Amino acid sequence: MQRSPQDRLYSATIGILSGFTMLLLLAPTAVVLVISFTGGITLKFPPPSWSTRWYSELLVSNEIIQPAITSLKVAVMATIGSGILGTAAALGIARSQSRIARILDALFMSPMVLPAMAFGLSLLLVFNMLAIRLSTATLVLGHIIICIPYVIRMVGASLQQLNPVLITCSISLGASRWYTFRRVTLPLIRRGIIASGFVAFLSSFDNVPVSLFLADARTEVLPIKLWAILEGSLDVRVAAVSGVMVIATLLGLLAAERFGGLARQAGNR
Amino acid sequence: MRRRPDVMTGLLPAMPLAVVFLFSFVVPLLVLVFLSLFRTPQFTEMGFDQYVRFAGEGYNLKVLFDTLLLGVEVALIALVLAYPLGLAYVAAPPLGRTAITFLILLPLLTSSVVRTFAWIVILGREGIVNSTMLAFGLWDQPARLLYTWGGMVLALAQIQLPLMVLPIINSLMRIDGNLTRAAEGLGASRFRILFTVILPLTLPGAVAGWLLVFAAAVTAFITQTLVGGGRIILMPLYIYQQAMGVQEWPFSAALSLIFTVAVIGIVAAVGAVSRRYMRGVDAA
Repeated sequence: MQRSPQDRLYSATIGILSGFTMLLLLAPTAVVLVISFTGGITLKFPPPSWSTRWYSELLVSNEIIQPAITSLKVAVMATIGSGILGTAAALGIARSQSRIARILDALFMSPMVLPAMAFGLSLLLVFNMLAIRLSTATLVLGHIIICIPYVIRMVGASLQQLNPVLITCSISLGASRWYTFRRVTLPLIRRGIIASGFVAFLSSFDNVPVSLFLADARTEVLPIKLWAILEGSLDVRVAAVSGVMVIATLLGLLAAERFGGLARQAGNR
Repeated sequence: MRRRPDVMTGLLPAMPLAVVFLFSFVVPLLVLVFLSLFRTPQFTEMGFDQYVRFAGEGYNLKVLFDTLLLGVEVALIALVLAYPLGLAYVAAPPLGRTAITFLILLPLLTSSVVRTFAWIVILGREGIVNSTMLAFGLWDQPARLLYTWGGMVLALAQIQLPLMVLPIINSLMRIDGNLTRAAEGLGASRFRILFTVILPLTLPGAVAGWLLVFAAAVTAFITQTLVGGGRIILMPLYIYQQAMGVQEWPFSAALSLIFTVAVIGIVAAVGAVSRRYMRGVDAA
């Protein structure tokens, strides 16, 4: 097909502009990985020399490892908690057209709309009023609320795609509701649950606005710790932590794609 | 008569979460409203003093205005950056699409502290921008890019970009290919098709992305404080300082409510205006 010069100009424009955006999307990740192997003591880019010294330094930095462990623990508990509560709730409301179900759906989705800082502050004020001491449990509770919208949306989407005839068949063949759930519904929505668990884990692990108010000295979490370090000085150890997190995210993304079809889920939003 | 009990048993699995939400989401927000109505941090007398104080001091209004302005600027830049990528995605073969999807998801899923840290490295005194400009002799001394408004806007636009690209791709994929083919058949150039067919039809995706980026940018505490620096005070840092720094509980409660209402108000208003406009497009 004959293409006019103007059409070629169009393709070139889109090509150049999208190439720039792709570079912009990729650059920060690449920059973090490169700088984490610097041999220097500043964030000079390009690094004056190469070494793994900051990774070695990280291994003996208890003040960073401890918050990282806390963050992992909190994220695992928040993922399990929001996964169970959220999947159950999605089962209850996803197929229902009743008014109560719509109201509950709006309620469960609202943490996404509300600036999370207001929610974090409000939880802190309630715990203060009731003289409840901050602990891992109070932090996990806050994180569960933040994770719920992702679980409701993603598991809900899997349930929408589920053919209701399969459930009816199973019940009419004499299977109990619980048996039907375990052997029919659950395997069919498994991908949605895994993908939502992945997103919930990351949003808890990365949460700042709620942890900012609910994490105290004993339950210090990684993002807040890194923030505090970077506020004070531009510590190169943060580069090594960031390098570890980028690689972990990359592996997690590949795993989630393999088991949950995350890319497809994202496209379906 | 049988319908009602059925509806209730159907909802039963949602009840545990409903109870959790009642006590750890709804009640706390009501408490937040209640506490914002006290006159002093000692919670002695009630009154609207905190709100009067907010409206009375120009400083408070400036902080709120700056925060909202930041959201608008970041979302507009992200919009301009996202469209070409969306168009490239739609035109790409399957393998290219998968590659672009990963390119979008990787930063989306990377910790926001890490992404902010990357921008510290890029914009720093010895960072990429400064070393490049100095190496090419374009600047004779390093410029201050970190801790500036412009640096913060650019960093946030990049950090929130995935939130803009995904809805735009989504609505680009929904365009009926016959429409663009028809326009092509009638002799329209690719640019004309872009501006008269594709852009109007993908407006819902653009608005959705714009609102997501706006809401994310105004609340991005980490990026605002680390790339913007302590001298640029925006609402999230202001609320944090008032609550955790000087323990002005009622004022910080009022601040966070005003901020919440402002953000939700803008989101609702933009949504409503765009829906009205889209009805106009349908009617035409």
